[in-house]
Amino acid sequence: MDLKPGSRWKSAVCDAQMVVVRPPSRAGELQCGGAPVLPIDDPAPITGEVSPEFAEGVAIGKRYIDEDSGLEILGAKAGKGSLAFDGNPLAPKGAKPLPASD
Amino acid sequence: MRTPLLLDIAADAAFDRTALGSGEETIDFAAYRARASQAAAWLASRGKANTAFLGMNGELLPILLFASGMAGTAFVPLNYRLPDADLNRLVARTAPAVLIADDDMLARIAPAEGIELVARSDFEAEFLAGPPPAPAGLPEADNDIAVLLFTSGTTGEPKAAVLRHANLTAYVMSTVEFLGAGEDEAALVSVPSYHIAGISAILTAAYGGRRIVYLPAFTPEQWVATAAAEAVTHAMVVPTMLDRILDVMEQTGETLPALRALSYGGGKMPEPVIARALAKLPHVDFVNAYGLTETSSTIALLGAEDHRIAFASGDPAIRRRIASVGQPLPSVELEIRREDGTPCAPGEHGEIHVRGEQVSGEYLHKKAVADDGWFATNDAGWLDEGGYLFVEGRLDDVIVRGGENISPGEIEDLLRTHDDIADCAVLGIPCEKWGEKVVAVIVSRSGCPDTEALSTAIRAKLRSTKTPEQWFVRDALPYNETGKLLRRVLKAELAEAACAE
Repeated sequence: MDLKPGSRWKSAVCDAQMVVVRPPSRAGELQCGGAPVLPIDDPAPITGEVSPEFAEGVAIGKRYIDEDSGLEILGAKAGKGSLAFDGNPLAPKGAKPLPASD
Repeated sequence: MRTPLLLDIAADAAFDRTALGSGEETIDFAAYRARASQAAAWLASRGKANTAFLGMNGELLPILLFASGMAGTAFVPLNYRLPDADLNRLVARTAPAVLIADDDMLARIAPAEGIELVARSDFEAEFLAGPPPAPAGLPEADNDIAVLLFTSGTTGEPKAAVLRHANLTAYVMSTVEFLGAGEDEAALVSVPSYHIAGISAILTAAYGGRRIVYLPAFTPEQWVATAAAEAVTHAMVVPTMLDRILDVMEQTGETLPALRALSYGGGKMPEPVIARALAKLPHVDFVNAYGLTETSSTIALLGAEDHRIAFASGDPAIRRRIASVGQPLPSVELEIRREDGTPCAPGEHGEIHVRGEQVSGEYLHKKAVADDGWFATNDAGWLDEGGYLFVEGRLDDVIVRGGENISPGEIEDLLRTHDDIADCAVLGIPCEKWGEKVVAVIVSRSGCPDTEALSTAIRAKLRSTKTPEQWFVRDALPYNETGKLLRRVLKAELAEAACAE
């Protein structure tokens, strides 16, 4: 799984889609709802269930980080599953939005 | 990360949201991406490294910017206000390129090697007219330069500032919330495409999910009429624009009730103008943004709350922050440094240095950032105790009089507080005795300024070395169209007259 910046992924078990903002410092697996994510253009339909342990959801526009590896993810579409990196839950990143300046 | 991704994810998540246009003729996010991708497929088929654009604002511009990124070409917007000879020199430097030009500007372009000239009307008929096409499938592009912007070149040949996809996407993603805009929001863009704010406006609006309404070019009447008719919620203006907008609002009685946020930047905002704007538009959040082409736009900003606090404060240290550009963005590092490179203490004047992912600090064939990533902006400034940044203009404009560094900014600010001063500039003119001497050029409302009283006031508030030794009265000062005072033009005009004395 090449989690390079700008790469797009989707959940295998819910509607969530995501973009890698910052890559992890080590190789590992991005998961959503407890299952490995799929490349955005993977034709596989959504199957299986969101694991109750990873069911806090992905919100659109929200950032999620794995402190340990530096992995940062942007929620591009909402879904019921929540994100993890090799089983470690990603934490929502709290950031105050800045006013528009352009 | 590449700029087309910003549009891609917005178009997937908010495909039927209105992205561009006004009135009946609007383009939603799905059509925005689809049209850009078709244009990209054509651009890629031409095999040119660059996509140049010479023309007025319009829906073509954002579609072309994204198309260029998708095709893997660098987008090069050109300044249509340049004289023909200068313009053609820049055109030649963009080769090999496809150049899309407004129909009435085509005749200005001399035939040049490697330039494929396309009329805007032809391009629009092909890629903007008719029902939205299906998106074109394109291979991942590998050119990491997104945009080349020619600097204004007041000191010589214009330099081509390089903005990479990584710089621009870092800027957008660290300053804007993805689809954070409400569906009713619309941004009015009136800065030209060859200004960094014209480029960043496209990217931030796409990622934020905010509709863009274009003015072909700025006039205050059109600006106010469009802002009212389109219920515009957000806009960015340069200082000279704001003053003229307020004049029109006064004449027409328009109050712009839909407007929520107005950002300004691109030059020093005279305090009387912003005071007038705050009084006239009490429902609007004002944001002062400071940035450079080489930093992908904004690096520091003074927010709405800062404006209100500063204006209401009786503490001079807080009150003066209205003239600051606020605090650096959380995603950039900013330092003021002395000439020897050591950091300045709060309140001490020096050169503004900046570092961060959005900082390109690069020109074509010339990297201007240090190995450790810091970029010297060539802007003079200082930070107050609270970390608020005060920008005093280009370092080259600092007057060195008998070994003392004098910033024109603080003298100009003081002059502007006098009712009779409509506009002013303070400059250093070469002189034998001091190296440079301080002269002031003023535009007087009464037509008969009392320069002696002005001198006395400056001597009392600042000091005698900062008091202009000569005064020139003009009907108007020279500005470029984005509100930058043309100091070098003034300086050259005055140098002879001043030293003859």
